[in-house]
Amino acid sequence: MSTEGLSVEGGTPAAYDDVRLALVGSPNAGKTTLFNALTGLRAKTGNYPGVTVSRYEGVCEVEGRRVVIEDLPGSYSLDPISPDEQVLAQVLDPLETAAQTPQGLLVTLDATTLPRSLRMLAQVLRTGLPVCVVLTFTDELARRQGAVAESALARALGVPVVSVTSGRRSDLIALKELMVRPESWALPALPPPDAPAEVSSWVTSVLSAAGFRLPEIDLRTRRVDAILLHPLWGTLVFFAVMIAFFQVIFTVAAPLQGAIEQFFGWLGTLAGSHISNGVVRSFVADALLGGVGGVLVFLPQIVLLFLMIALLEGTGYMARAAFLMDRVMAKAGLEGRAFVALLSSVACAVPGIMATRTLPSARDRIATMMGAPLMTCSARLPVYVLLIGLVVDPDAGWGPFSAQGAVMFGLYVVGAVSAMAAAWVFSRLGRSRGPLLPFYMEIPPYRIPSARSVALSVIDAAKSFLRKVGKIILGTTVVLWILLNLPTHSLGDLQRAGVDPGDEAAVSAYVLDHSYAASVGHAVEPVFEPLGFDWRINIGVIASLSAREVFVATLGQVASAENPDNPQSALKSMTVADGPRQGEALFTPSVVAALLVFFLFALQCMSTVGAMRRESGSWRWPAIAFGYMFVLAWTMAWCARLAVEALT
Amino acid sequence: MSLLSMKRRQRGAAAVSESATTTLADLSAGSSAWVVEVCDEAQPATARRLVDLGFAPGAQVSVVRRAPLADPVIFRVAGAELALRRCQARCIQVRVEP
Repeated sequence: MSTEGLSVEGGTPAAYDDVRLALVGSPNAGKTTLFNALTGLRAKTGNYPGVTVSRYEGVCEVEGRRVVIEDLPGSYSLDPISPDEQVLAQVLDPLETAAQTPQGLLVTLDATTLPRSLRMLAQVLRTGLPVCVVLTFTDELARRQGAVAESALARALGVPVVSVTSGRRSDLIALKELMVRPESWALPALPPPDAPAEVSSWVTSVLSAAGFRLPEIDLRTRRVDAILLHPLWGTLVFFAVMIAFFQVIFTVAAPLQGAIEQFFGWLGTLAGSHISNGVVRSFVADALLGGVGGVLVFLPQIVLLFLMIALLEGTGYMARAAFLMDRVMAKAGLEGRAFVALLSSVACAVPGIMATRTLPSARDRIATMMGAPLMTCSARLPVYVLLIGLVVDPDAGWGPFSAQGAVMFGLYVVGAVSAMAAAWVFSRLGRSRGPLLPFYMEIPPYRIPSARSVALSVIDAAKSFLRKVGKIILGTTVVLWILLNLPTHSLGDLQRAGVDPGDEAAVSAYVLDHSYAASVGHAVEPVFEPLGFDWRINIGVIASLSAREVFVATLGQVASAENPDNPQSALKSMTVADGPRQGEALFTPSVVAALLVFFLFALQCMSTVGAMRRESGSWRWPAIAFGYMFVLAWTMAWCARLAVEALT
Repeated sequence: MSLLSMKRRQRGAAAVSESATTTLADLSAGSSAWVVEVCDEAQPATARRLVDLGFAPGAQVSVVRRAPLADPVIFRVAGAELALRRCQARCIQVRVEP
């Protein structure tokens, strides 16, 4: 396994005298809390090569020595059945040369579920690597009248045992002392057995030697669950939580996003007033500052989304929500947890795709990622509003329902249904590449999440977005600026073409009509001709790759409307410039229908592509997504055009 | 629907009376049972995973509750609560008496 990407990012090359440890444990066993407590903000994230599994590595300094800790994917077993678990098995296998084997393993065991966690520990001990057990949730064990003797457990297992409660600093001192010298850890005299029946007796003997008493059922959790998982009340609470969740990423984020956009607009004007050269001014204001603003504009949504996900996960409600939604999501071949990612995609696919990291199975992550961009995101709204306004009469309707609203609603429904269908197809396709993962999900007791863990998960999401996705968004903005604004034209060019250099709208229309984007628009004409798009619409489609809503402003620029943000009236009167349809209206109902359907399905958003690249670890899945959505969009748009033509 | 569930109940009851073994999927909420074996019917990897999750022969399992749409089901085993879909629960043979 290569660590290049990681060491470059952190800027601290690994030294030979570093101690390398890995954290192993089941999900919900407090593994991430311990990792955060040990390494704090110095954690680096990356991907394991070739698989969609995130890799977390952090450094903890003890007695002047650096201890590098790798947080391995959580699992209930070392028998790999998913890519995440394959990574775990590879790292723990000393014979596997592709992965760097750690010098020692810190195994977190949830004290309240010891009978189960010891089964996994038996497998870990059989690898022969030095093991130090970190016992978590001992406070909860005591509260629920359970018991375990730490020292007796250490004797029974033959390895050191340290108890750490919710990453408390005082508990970490003993652990850190052990961490610097894994070579001194006691090793079990005999490895535990392998056969399931023998493992059961080994677990029983260890538990009785350690004086383990199973904790009582958590009554507090039971009482809360009686309401939150109740067929009626539980469902109502679920929908209330999800509506609140959606409202926060949609409406609370909006003013913050508006403020960021305004700030960068103001900054652009400010910078512009100090630059006399028009082209440089436009580059600085629109491409550079516009690009940076275009990256930062996603931050409010990402921060809010991960704040809420961390709270829902940390309290234990996420597992309940997934439990309630599982039956519905199973229809799409997914599991309950994918619901949150798909719902977030209604606000924006970028946070939606980032939310797929909460799914335990890599196959579900990919399937959800492939479907999520089809959900109607907020960037499609201005495009839909403009296009629907072009052909649907605002006064038409049935009673209280306007025809415009009905079309909009239809687009949302088609988006959601296609997202589920796409997820279903990709989870089916994924099935042929390995055994079907059985569905199981731990329903943890309700717990109060630590502020530290919540903050770290938000910071981690924001950081990885800015670092990985930001570059792609900024790059796209610059490239599109070049396409749309170059080559430059001298005053003479403008005058020869009969354009008044004082008329800004006319000049910008002239520049756009003669830009590289226009050449590209002409070049791709044969592709879009069957859909009824002419080269000017093509420019809009190309420009919308930076963000779909740019389509509206670009069309305005093309139509040289007075107000480029509301180009409706100018567009209505636009006619086809050349070809067999010359002189006819450009935006006929059939062309508008084709455009609407095209925007519904096409992945016209490089930010989404960037987020997919970040979450899946390679360009493969974003390329597949872009390709399949383009083919789908083209075909469906063509069908829509024919259908509308047949009807009108 | 009601006919189907009645049939299923009869089948479940018959299985219990004959050999006192049934599958985890046929238990009603609130009842307990002991795992006899995890059948390899589906896939050995799945069976192995269910054992690793605590559904090992001899382990006591109780049914905590079903989801509103009857699937999945939360079980309590080895000190933890786990949700399984019915299709997986059907792979686990249990005995209602210790």
